Amino acid sequence: MSVPADPAAAPVPEGRLPRRAAILGGNRTPFARAGGRYAEASAQDLLVAAIDGLVARFGLAGEQLGEVVAGAVLKHSRDLNLTREAVLSTALSPRTPTYDVAQACGTGLEAAVLLANKIALGQVESGIAGGTDSASDAPIAVDDGLRRVLLALQRARTPQQRLAALSRFRPRQVVPATPRVTEPRTGLSMGEHAARTALQWHVSREDQDLLALESHRHLAEAYERGFFDDLLTPYLGLRRDDNLRPDTSLEKLAKLRPVFGRDEEGPATMTAGNSTPLTDGAAVVLLASDAWAAEHRLDVLAHLVDAQTAAVDHVRAGEGLLTAPVFAVPELLRRNGWTFDDLDLVEIHEAFASTVLATTAAWEDEEFCRTRLGLDGALGTIDRKKLNVVGSSLATGHPFAATGARILASTAKLLAERGGGRALISICAAGGQGIAALVEAP
Amino acid sequence: MSAPVDAYARLVRQGPGAALARRLGAPRPTALRRWEAGADLLTGPALVLGIGAAPLAADVSRWLAAAGARLADAEAATDDRFGAVVLDASAVRTTADLAAVREPLAPAFRRLAANGRVLVLGALVADTTTVEAAAVQQALEGLVRTLGKEARAGATVNLLRVGEGAGEALRGPLEFLASARSAFVSGQVLEVGPARGGDAARASAGPRTAVVTGAAQGIGAAVAEVLARSGTHVVCVDLAAQGEQLARVANRVGGSALHLDITAASAPAALAEHLLRRHGGADVVVHNAGITRDRSFVNLDEAGWASVLEVNLRAPLRLTEGLLAREGALRPQARVVQLSSINGIAGAKGQANYAASKAGVIGMVRALDARLAASGGAASAVAPGFVETAMTARMPLLPREVGRRASSLQQGGLPVDVAEAVAFLAGPAAAGISGQVLRVCGQNLLGA
Repeated sequence: MSVPADPAAAPVPEGRLPRRAAILGGNRTPFARAGGRYAEASAQDLLVAAIDGLVARFGLAGEQLGEVVAGAVLKHSRDLNLTREAVLSTALSPRTPTYDVAQACGTGLEAAVLLANKIALGQVESGIAGGTDSASDAPIAVDDGLRRVLLALQRARTPQQRLAALSRFRPRQVVPATPRVTEPRTGLSMGEHAARTALQWHVSREDQDLLALESHRHLAEAYERGFFDDLLTPYLGLRRDDNLRPDTSLEKLAKLRPVFGRDEEGPATMTAGNSTPLTDGAAVVLLASDAWAAEHRLDVLAHLVDAQTAAVDHVRAGEGLLTAPVFAVPELLRRNGWTFDDLDLVEIHEAFASTVLATTAAWEDEEFCRTRLGLDGALGTIDRKKLNVVGSSLATGHPFAATGARILASTAKLLAERGGGRALISICAAGGQGIAALVEAP
Repeated sequence: MSAPVDAYARLVRQGPGAALARRLGAPRPTALRRWEAGADLLTGPALVLGIGAAPLAADVSRWLAAAGARLADAEAATDDRFGAVVLDASAVRTTADLAAVREPLAPAFRRLAANGRVLVLGALVADTTTVEAAAVQQALEGLVRTLGKEARAGATVNLLRVGEGAGEALRGPLEFLASARSAFVSGQVLEVGPARGGDAARASAGPRTAVVTGAAQGIGAAVAEVLARSGTHVVCVDLAAQGEQLARVANRVGGSALHLDITAASAPAALAEHLLRRHGGADVVVHNAGITRDRSFVNLDEAGWASVLEVNLRAPLRLTEGLLAREGALRPQARVVQLSSINGIAGAKGQANYAASKAGVIGMVRALDARLAASGGAASAVAPGFVETAMTARMPLLPREVGRRASSLQQGGLPVDVAEAVAFLAGPAAAGISGQVLRVCGQNLLGA
């Protein structure tokens, strides 16, 4: 059970922040595999649904919040004001300001950190942070060559100029450019990058399948015990994440053929079963000062203690694309004087099962921790009983920008359920980036 | 004026359909006048009549005038049709008194406007001291129920039995039954006693919190909407699976959504906890959630029998117990309103489970009312008749048509009609009403 918010009992500010932002709860749509139940819904529709569900849960209809911060990874050019346009369609007061953020898969958590920082500084008292993505409703752009022809045509003043512009047109340019999950600087897909990292850390197929199985089992159990009853609102008739396979097994997972790393020297281990699918969905969290929570008679589930981003050089130094959290987490722990032993829960985003396992392997490796992280020895071992205890992206699916808010809301609720404790959240992102955050029960 | 509620009503409203229906003597339902913001209380002047001492007539005239009604003079030579006719028969004690009722009432009844209101004020039979007085007061009930059946064009006729010392407590029920809010209430009897908790408590009503179960759609959603109209914060409760519609309702009424399976073992404690922490307790609890599993009794299996009793009867019993057990979960003068059904009063073929559950909840509110009385609270039930909902829309055509026409108003009610009655019983206007069952059925022939 959570502890009631009481401004008089607010913890003495710790660390470097004047005060800590409180996490009061969250809401998300069930996540749907791309091209499925939400095929006709836009990223904005999904965000509206997630916010409206949150507004209903906390009785915020007509309320003017400090701000709403959200973003999407797959973003149409028309969605330059995505969050603002979404809020105007919700039950919130239209006088609630917004802004969009983007940090690939870190978007949702980064949005929460930015809002939490403003709350900590006293610039706002309350707000909603999150993200939305629709791989089904992804933007399709005209071919870049065609785009240049059209722009030149627009600039043209004389018939000659128009003719010159048109002469650059080639028939193949009519094929539209669809968004790809490939890294612009390496041309490799995220899965291919992850496969290289898996080989580097000798992550076995069996371990990956086991992690995937646990993710599905944990998520199914959490649904069964009603854990998501106040974290999720059905959307378009979908009540649970449709990627969830409660009846999957190691045998079934072992039968799947590898899809990434087949061109590498070494065993290809990454399958559709131990990788996340393209997914549609949105998630948001409600953050506020303790005082605002008390005024609104809302319980504080947890506080956002601190956060750290990092980036690796996956282009020239060949560092693992999704390994930035490996570097962010030790710095974050050091700064707050926490160790793995202080953690009651650990959430590592399951972009791929191999990402999670490579990350934990790196932290267990003495040599790596000494030479690359500048530590005296290994950072430590993550107790698997504390890891992703209500399932994570392998089971829920991963609508890129929504994942951070999904994890943050679930983590805060888990801490409140425990009646105390500390948690670490770690999320890898495209472009060789990562973000980690510490959360603590009040 | 709202549109007729169904295709048949449109068909017989004008043109050849109307002529044919008139010739056949087929029902021609009138579009009922319903509550609208800023609308007048009545459609025409109010005529207040009295028999004998008529001790309530002066107050009634004053209250009606204060509510914006124009008072009519029965003698004045005008063609005005009456928006309401109120007959104070509370002093009727003898057969001679009773005989005197016809003379003023009959011409007034003839001049009743469309969607007009007839209210007969009687005495509590229990308050009478002679056998004859008890008989003639009971006689008023037969008169009222008959007038309900003879009334035309959406008019309604109801009897208020006013207990000794009811005083101001009569005002709320009078206004409710005179207003468009009681559009689908006719041929009914309500007893009014002194306000529980006293008039002072009634005046101190600040922002209130109400809980409505099954609020995602139909009657529950309408109840949330009508309660919110008077500034009440409504905690809208439904299954997590109904969350999408529930969020829409909660946000529309400025309330909040709570995903809760009311049959879960943890539900009573969870609801009490939620109300206490988030709202400092509830003033109103509306047990609306209900299901049907229709089968003739002999074909009804264990699951079909048990599930309906579980949701419709056991859940409200347990929830109420849970709220009573938790100090502060219900505020002083809390009101519990339970949805029953005319099928719970009359029984219904194929609904042994449903009728048992809906009769059971009537017993529940009567017993519960006595417990709530200690803190100035009260419990009542609303028994809807045929109401146009998603549930009745799925009924086979013939039973649906029979259901609609088998009432004095010759049409089905709307969810808002039930909601108005619930909100009335949940509010300060019903301070003098407790432990009763109000039927919202257009005076359905069933279980009258």
